[in-house]
Amino acid sequence: MRYLPLTDSNRADMLAAIGANSVDELFRDLPKSALASAQFDLPNTQSEMEVERALGAMAAKNLNCGQAPSFLGAGNYRHHTPAALDYIIQRGEFLTAYTPYQPEISQGTLQAIYEFQTQVALITGMEVANASMYDGATACSEAVGMACRVTKRNKALISGKVHPHYADVTATSMKFLNVAVERLAPDPFNLEALIGRVGADLACVVVQTPGFFGHLGNYGALAAVCRAAGVLLIVCVTDPVSLGALVPPGRMGADIVVVEGQSLAGPMSFGGPGVGLFATREKYIRQMPGRLVGETTDEDGRRGWVLTLSTREQHIRREKATSNICTNSGLIALAFSVHMTLLGEAGFKRLAKLNHAMATILAEKLEKVPGVCVLPTSFFNEFTVELAIPAADVVERLAKRGVMGGIPVSRFYPTYPEGQDLLLVTATETNTTEDIDTFVGALKEVLS
Amino acid sequence: MTKPTTASGHKGLQLEQELIFEQDTQGTTAVDLPHILEYRERLGEFACEDAIGLPGLSEPEVVRHYTRLSQKNYSIDSGFYPLGSCTMKHNPRLNEKMARLPGFADIHPFQPISTVQGAFELIDTCAHWLTELTGMAAVAMSPAAGAHGELCGLMCIKSAHDAAGSTRSVVLVPDSAHGTNPATAALCGYMVESIPANEEGRVDIEALKQRLSPNIAAVMITNPNTCGLFERECIAIAEAVHAAGAFLYMDGANYNAIVGRLRIGDLGVDAMHINLHKTFSTPHGGGGPGAGPTVLSEALAPFAPVPMVVRGPAGFEAEEHAGFDTGGQSFGRMKGYHGQFGVFVRAVAYMMSMGVDGLKQASGDAVLNANYLLARLSEELTPAFPGPCMHEAVFNDRFLKGTGVTTLDIAKALIDEGFHPPTIYFPLVVHGALLMEPTETESKAVLDQFVESMLHLARKAKAGGAAEEFQAAPQLAPRRRPDETKAARKPVLRWAPPDESSAARQAAE
Repeated sequence: MRYLPLTDSNRADMLAAIGANSVDELFRDLPKSALASAQFDLPNTQSEMEVERALGAMAAKNLNCGQAPSFLGAGNYRHHTPAALDYIIQRGEFLTAYTPYQPEISQGTLQAIYEFQTQVALITGMEVANASMYDGATACSEAVGMACRVTKRNKALISGKVHPHYADVTATSMKFLNVAVERLAPDPFNLEALIGRVGADLACVVVQTPGFFGHLGNYGALAAVCRAAGVLLIVCVTDPVSLGALVPPGRMGADIVVVEGQSLAGPMSFGGPGVGLFATREKYIRQMPGRLVGETTDEDGRRGWVLTLSTREQHIRREKATSNICTNSGLIALAFSVHMTLLGEAGFKRLAKLNHAMATILAEKLEKVPGVCVLPTSFFNEFTVELAIPAADVVERLAKRGVMGGIPVSRFYPTYPEGQDLLLVTATETNTTEDIDTFVGALKEVLS
Repeated sequence: MTKPTTASGHKGLQLEQELIFEQDTQGTTAVDLPHILEYRERLGEFACEDAIGLPGLSEPEVVRHYTRLSQKNYSIDSGFYPLGSCTMKHNPRLNEKMARLPGFADIHPFQPISTVQGAFELIDTCAHWLTELTGMAAVAMSPAAGAHGELCGLMCIKSAHDAAGSTRSVVLVPDSAHGTNPATAALCGYMVESIPANEEGRVDIEALKQRLSPNIAAVMITNPNTCGLFERECIAIAEAVHAAGAFLYMDGANYNAIVGRLRIGDLGVDAMHINLHKTFSTPHGGGGPGAGPTVLSEALAPFAPVPMVVRGPAGFEAEEHAGFDTGGQSFGRMKGYHGQFGVFVRAVAYMMSMGVDGLKQASGDAVLNANYLLARLSEELTPAFPGPCMHEAVFNDRFLKGTGVTTLDIAKALIDEGFHPPTIYFPLVVHGALLMEPTETESKAVLDQFVESMLHLARKAKAGGAAEEFQAAPQLAPRRRPDETKAARKPVLRWAPPDESSAARQAAE
């Protein structure tokens, strides 16, 4: 077996050194009954070529987004990945390193995380950020848990513009902590009024901009009301590219900002792994979940980095920790950071502008199709369109024409009647005007 | 002869590297994007063109930056990582290649179901391997890492008790457990109480039986446990736990020691997470991503979280909504989309490569390697427990008594020897613990080199007069020991422009 270096003669020498007759003897503490009953209906070892062939065939059963014009978003976005990014994260010293608990031989990972924390703080307009969470949805849930610790209250309000998976994950985890979560109905028509709902019983209000249905929100007024009531404002962002063109949540008065970093970190990979960016105000750092890297000096006085404030974490604090998180999303955080470094300020803003440009061009063409209505008046790279017929059928019929033309809202809200005819549509820099024309043409056919 | 100093601060191949923010050339970018067509802006009052503060670098500068940073890292590609409990085994590159096939990498989680049948087949294949290897009824694929899998298991347990109208409030956890166990129990709203260990480093089953009461919701054990020992009486433990109306959670962090040899379903386990980034060789990536699929017994399977891949008349389908076609008992959703799909691809590539025979060989070699270290190092070190051990060997610090050298000093001196230190001061039940897990992917030659270094250090410490030298270690790494107190007392968690950061620091003082 190609991954196992020991030879039979090694094994014999080692058994002799141990003073055992066989490897099985080393397993003598395992129950005999369980050893006897163990049967596995699984194949034996295969060569590299055989595995490539089998998995290649499985992968080929999928229609990948490079094969068909695709306009899919809803929290997971297809952006171009510069070639240098994948090269860098495949370097073995990043890919195959452990968590940097030994700072003397982990300065590469530690400095990269410190740069990541700084980049996240800058784009969200916040003071500090952690080393990452699993994904945007779990980061949202952690943010609500943190708000409960900070405010010592146990009630949360979630806007109907928040990604339903973020709301689901949060509601699921809070149920076990007896935190009451009020989820507002889906809000594709931008009718929701949050300010009147803020009271001193709330730990936090969770909003999202751009919203799940594409609307842009300025939560400055809400933030002021929250602050007066001692309520924390949590702002979610599902495509960080939007932060290159929009008012950052920190400037609106957010207390915690959570972002799904996947869209800048590499392939969509069917939605995972992602990376949760988590930023907050400096005064709350001791209530933050997750790892943090801080600057310090070594015994020779040289600048260096180290994991810090770990008394918040499970390996020190056990049941009193701020979270149970251990392994997070280190390599995807690195990929995010490398892409941000490659882009720089100029590239980041230009990428955002290009996304918005393609989305507005798509919207204008869709608006001219009879029976199609674009709902949000302002949006970034994603918006909801209302059709005259159920969107789920339209999507399947578009797929037969070789176009992945959006995601039906009913996929997320199967029991929400007003959502049946709604379609979420996204355009990014990866779409060409030819893609857009193909989509619009196919949609006209399907609707006529 | 004193060490030479350099004008650059570099030391040969050890190249110092400033932060990206200190290399900023305003306006530079390493990404040339296509021309932007004419468009009518629709950002309204939300548009913002203010400076963000991100640095601009060209592609050669970025590539050099990260290459230099990478060279300051130890990694499994470059050396031996005897990190107990962490399972730092070789990460096959085939796994990476398969995860990058466009049919797996370039697919969206909400494409029409008919266009992603291969993706569901991949998830189903991974699930089949895991349930078949463990002999369990079902597997929840969505947990993102080990601790998240623990949470999944305990949420299932809490849901099962709730469904039965039971209000049990305590989870029992051994003192030797990973910190994630008590932290997870707390996140499920449980109180945590500890289970005592016996002299042998195993659960004291008589003491456990006395602690079992109608208020105990679950018992969490790690098996093999964190002392590297198999809990011989695990079947009796499961029977006692079930007789008391509680569930048995098994922490699967050490599953790699027994994979392909027995099925944990035959031990009476109700739930166990599987760290794909340990047992199934997916890379640790400097701290993730991992994946923690959680296998469940028949009693807990109905409460599993969504999404679940199921076979329908027209192929694979996904149950994406709690209570939607699940009999209504699913506890909900704990992760966005379909779980750590890219990690599943890597794990399946590994499972298919190894095969069930290869997995059995791997657990055998892992245990053989650990026992070899235990035997050879016992020449100078003091084992915490008599052998045989499973996949990891633990030593206490009795061999350092009176030398002025600590476990930490030994660990740091190993860095100068070119090895990553073992896990130290864990498990907490072993004084000054050194926990070593060699894994099956290290050759005998590497183990022999490590043994030589370890014995050399132990002898040097015991000979006396070397305490100061040990305390100064490491001296040959890119950095010496950092001032952790300074880092925690006045945390500097982000870069700021020089004038701004000094002003901020003065304000803080």
